[in-house]
Amino acid sequence: MNMQTKKLYTVIIFSENTVGLLNQITIIFTRRQLNIETLSVSPSAIKGIHKFTITTFADEDMIDKVVKQIDKRVDILKAYYNTDEDLVYQEIALYKVSADLFLKMEGVEELIRKHNTRILDMNEDCVVLEKSGHYEETQSLFKELSRKIGVLQFIRSGRIAITKSKVERLSDMLSAMKTKLDIKNGEE
Amino acid sequence: MDNKDIGNNRAQGADEKVTGSEAMLKTLIAEGVDTIFGYPGGQVIPLYDCLYDYRDKLKHVLVRHEQGATHAAQGYARVSGKVGVVMVTSGPGATNTITGIADAMIDSTPIVVISGQVPSPLLGTDAFQEIDVIGITQPITKWTYQIRKPEEIAWAVSRAFYIASSGRPGPVVLDFAKDAQVGTIDYEYEKVTYIRSYQPAPERIAGQVEAAAELINKAKKPFALVGQGVILSGAERELYAFLEKADIPAGSTVLGLSAMSSGYRLNKGMLGMHGNVGPNRKTNECDVLIAIGMRFDDRVTGNLQTYAKQAKIIHLDIDLSEIGKNVPVDVPVVGDAKETLAAITNLLQPAKHTEWIDSFAADEKEEYEKVIRKEIQPEGDRLLQMGEVVCKVSEATGNKAVLVTDVGQSQMMSVRYFKYSQSRSVVTSGGLGTMGYGLPAAIGAKFGAPGRTVCLFVGDGGLQMTLQELGTIMQEKLNVKIIVLNNNYLGMVRQWQELFFNKRYSATAMENPDFAAIANAYGIAARTVEKREELDGALAEMLNHDGAYMLIANVVAHGMVYPMIPAGGTITDIIME
Repeated sequence: MNMQTKKLYTVIIFSENTVGLLNQITIIFTRRQLNIETLSVSPSAIKGIHKFTITTFADEDMIDKVVKQIDKRVDILKAYYNTDEDLVYQEIALYKVSADLFLKMEGVEELIRKHNTRILDMNEDCVVLEKSGHYEETQSLFKELSRKIGVLQFIRSGRIAITKSKVERLSDMLSAMKTKLDIKNGEE
Repeated sequence: MDNKDIGNNRAQGADEKVTGSEAMLKTLIAEGVDTIFGYPGGQVIPLYDCLYDYRDKLKHVLVRHEQGATHAAQGYARVSGKVGVVMVTSGPGATNTITGIADAMIDSTPIVVISGQVPSPLLGTDAFQEIDVIGITQPITKWTYQIRKPEEIAWAVSRAFYIASSGRPGPVVLDFAKDAQVGTIDYEYEKVTYIRSYQPAPERIAGQVEAAAELINKAKKPFALVGQGVILSGAERELYAFLEKADIPAGSTVLGLSAMSSGYRLNKGMLGMHGNVGPNRKTNECDVLIAIGMRFDDRVTGNLQTYAKQAKIIHLDIDLSEIGKNVPVDVPVVGDAKETLAAITNLLQPAKHTEWIDSFAADEKEEYEKVIRKEIQPEGDRLLQMGEVVCKVSEATGNKAVLVTDVGQSQMMSVRYFKYSQSRSVVTSGGLGTMGYGLPAAIGAKFGAPGRTVCLFVGDGGLQMTLQELGTIMQEKLNVKIIVLNNNYLGMVRQWQELFFNKRYSATAMENPDFAAIANAYGIAARTVEKREELDGALAEMLNHDGAYMLIANVVAHGMVYPMIPAGGTITDIIME
């Protein structure tokens, strides 16, 4: 496939909280030869419903097919895909650096201000910095630290994202289903 | 909502205290099950022990291999429209069902497979005959669930039947831990008719039906493709009404065969690689193509770059993920074909397309001259042809029998030349192309349609893949007619080798046993024919025989299934002779 037509998509999936759901989702990516770039799973605002946030590079035709196949699984309530323009999104990164080198580094204050970084922990051996932001932002701090003093350990979380639109599509869907169920029960 | 029910001990409304095994069987009965295809083993002994008490209500068919159980359940489901049920043990019992489960998934066949599992405290410990059934079957099932507590049984089983049979049907696996089989509970059945995360048929989308009707009303050369979706949704009458009103000729996929009777004037035959010339050619000549409950499989479309490019395409399907999957669609119509077809028909203006419909005749004539006549009315001294055997059997049954096929040349010949007068008359492995499917599927078909003649066409290769099921036929005294098209080759692969691999017959010649002697060893009447003049007499003997019968037709060794559009090819690449 042509890399130029590929874009980063964020797939947001709401599911029942059942065992084995992640496998059901990932095998659909596997069959279509799509790499999962980042993955984040957490309970959603609605009790009993889990939310998966997955990013992947794909063309729109492919992501549309993949999301439809995910959406079709029995335990999946709803799957959507979005591009960055539709989303407010964030990642968090942790950086472990040598305490000695960090303290000797010039412009620590400037670096912390510029990157809006926090120091989470510090001991005689090492310092743990935290930064949240977009990939480019956490990466930029990584590059700067690497260049100046080296990074001993680095970890970045999967993307978390919220849609910019006012409506929460899932709650709309759930209330529509509830209405339908009530009508159905009323008929019986 | 529905998940909350798990684990409730239902003390208040409870009826009675039963074991998990009994709860399972009671729920099966409540779901309308009367036949189970299965094979016992270590982790389902408690379940089978309980079955002994229910043997007057639940007929258990002891197959000879678990693969046979799944194909039998498929055959049963295909002809009856009910859910086929399989019961097997853990480990190898479960893994032996995989082929049948995968086959049911790709062919949208409703089956429920109940596999035993080691007691839940042993899960994940590599216990004896433990296998990760959930992990293995997730990619090839509509739903799979591990029952670890007896309290979950009523809920899980009813949910399984609801999922398997609703919407686009498919296989469901229930992995039934042994401790859940023996534990006791207060049992109460409650039918599952709603799952909040599952919508069997998508909501109709406003404007789609209208847009489809508008396109069809303007069409000069409309053509319909009939898939199994028509049969699954019970939309045969709606299909006839639709085709009649706007005078639309139609072709059928292999799995859609018998949705229209063979003699119907607008039925122009079979689509695809070995389909009829007319429907394949007209796909690339029509102005509006209406696909109904089919999924544009590559064996139907060939090369997508040249497929129906001139036509506006309307696609009716219950599965949203099928829309645009292989072929870009101009007007999707999502929903159950029974409803959407009727809704479109309502908006159609009555039309006549006589000239267009008559134009199929030239293709029919060409195919008859180049292919069909040679196959069904060969010159006197030529060896027995596969097509003529199929044709004769179909005629001898008044075109009323259920056709069950294996896979390969025997399959393509039988779906080409068998004729149908009612729906649900074809049982064949379409998507997966499973050799060995035929014999066990025929067993299931006979249980699903005991009043109908069941004719299996199988090659010498496919027969030997599940040959052991002759034992099931013997034990059940099943009246199944088995026609072996024996050419001592894996014929379809041999055909490809002849056409595309320079006649290098790598691993396709077979030295075969005396099939009649094998049938006789199972107490099954059998006869071998080689000469044309013996055929009618042998067929009469087969059909008059009260019980199973194996007719071995020693057919031409180098038979070819024509026409053939090579894989990935287009209609202009068609090979006729």
